[in-house]
Amino acid sequence: MSAILELRGVVASYGAAPVLHGVDITVDNGAVVALLGANGAGKTTTLRAICNVLVRVDGDIRFAGHRIDGKSTESIVRLGIGHVPEGRGTFEGLSVDENLRLGAYVRRDPQVAADFDRVFAHFPALAARRRQQAGTLSGGEQQMLAIGRALMMRPRLLLLDEPSFGLAPIVVAQIFSILAAINRDEGMSMLVVEQNAHHALALAEQVYLLETGRVVMSGPPSRIAGDAAVRRAYLGQ
Amino acid sequence: MQAFLHQLLSGLATGAIYASLAVALVTIFKTTHHVNFAQGELAMFSTYIAWSLIQKGLPYWATFPATLAVAFVAGVVIERVVVRRVEHAPVLSVVIVFIGLLVICNSLAGWIFGFSIKAMASPFPSDAWYGSAYLSAHELGMIAVTLAVLLCVFLFFRFTRLGLAMRAAADNPESSRLVGVRVGWMLALGWGFAAALGAVAGMMAAPVVYLEPNMMTGVLLYGFAAALLGGIDNPWGAALAGFIVGVLENLAGAYLVGTQLKLAVALVVIVGVVTFKPAGLFGRRLVVRV
Repeated sequence: MSAILELRGVVASYGAAPVLHGVDITVDNGAVVALLGANGAGKTTTLRAICNVLVRVDGDIRFAGHRIDGKSTESIVRLGIGHVPEGRGTFEGLSVDENLRLGAYVRRDPQVAADFDRVFAHFPALAARRRQQAGTLSGGEQQMLAIGRALMMRPRLLLLDEPSFGLAPIVVAQIFSILAAINRDEGMSMLVVEQNAHHALALAEQVYLLETGRVVMSGPPSRIAGDAAVRRAYLGQ
Repeated sequence: MQAFLHQLLSGLATGAIYASLAVALVTIFKTTHHVNFAQGELAMFSTYIAWSLIQKGLPYWATFPATLAVAFVAGVVIERVVVRRVEHAPVLSVVIVFIGLLVICNSLAGWIFGFSIKAMASPFPSDAWYGSAYLSAHELGMIAVTLAVLLCVFLFFRFTRLGLAMRAAADNPESSRLVGVRVGWMLALGWGFAAALGAVAGMMAAPVVYLEPNMMTGVLLYGFAAALLGGIDNPWGAALAGFIVGVLENLAGAYLVGTQLKLAVALVVIVGVVTFKPAGLFGRRLVVRV
């Protein structure tokens, strides 16, 4: 299986303060990879480094074989990367419909209309609120909207920054089952940052554990979940 | 009563100018959070371009779109070349840059076209509109042109892909980049639109206030008053407030303070809004959680 995303020796910093100190991560085509770690370990920064958002990046980042480090955010995402950012990144003053239309901003194909239906089928709660101003949605609905917006791009790779953040457990389970279905049916690759290790370990084929800006452990979920230290720190056991 | 109606309606006509300028100010404020003090001078300079095109023999309604196009390009270039460099600078630096732009435009206009007052033709007939005692054809034309332009702006922002992208860039630049919107260009386009709107205001104002390098100084003050009164982040509020300020100014000039003190009306509106209702009539109150 070829890699859709490869990070080699990625160093990232906010101003003068380095946050990542040489991170290596590989996402295989069609795979779901989970990125675990404590607050401040550099999970969000890793996703930001991939899309060149708000951070200074050094190192080698390849998407589908092409170097993307040093490119502008707009050019990177146009290659087919959907980024669900930390804090959801809702266009608060725009309607739900407009948020989703912006997701498809770079697309010119005629299937966009069908993809609206697809997103509403995944998230019926949004369908009832199409004309509503997105800033007035609940936190859970805004998270669904953020995922829906990224899906509207029809990306080859989906970056998810804590999709479970602020959601009720039942909604979290629902979102992870939707993600699993999309991965299975469409072969969309995903890199998921999660605090909620249970769901992430269930979804992913490969897991990276990040500590203070370095990958300290990686492997299939069974091995990571079997590690005593991980169980203590992330699974509450 | 007749005199009152006349004052009211011609207030609406001057209000149209303030409305265009206020919407231009709001457009730039919404996208970049800068208040463009040079907006009036850019409008004045555009009007000179229109004037010299007319001098060269071009018909007015060919000059009109040509001037808008020139103003649009100039706005885009100014954003990309000058404003972009101070994007993250402290607010005072930005203000100084805008004041610099103001002085440059003003002096350049004087240097190229001279400081003597010029008459600018109105595209509308000079007689009263169908014998109406209340409104001249030019005043009516001003209102019609402004409303038509504002309608175009509304339709553009509401229904086009580019308009949506520009609103997105103003709403959340980070997320806009993440969906592939080239935010830098959207800000430049915003400047282009604002400059073109200003050019409309200048061309409509010139037949009334006459063409000279300082023609927009007072007008800009009313534009500020309108933008603040309507809510600095609400273009429709600003447009409506433009007409309100125009009427207030005219009525106050006729019945309260006399023409000499009319400009003070704008200042009273500005101080009043800032003191008693900082969000304006239709603006959103900005609440920041800390």
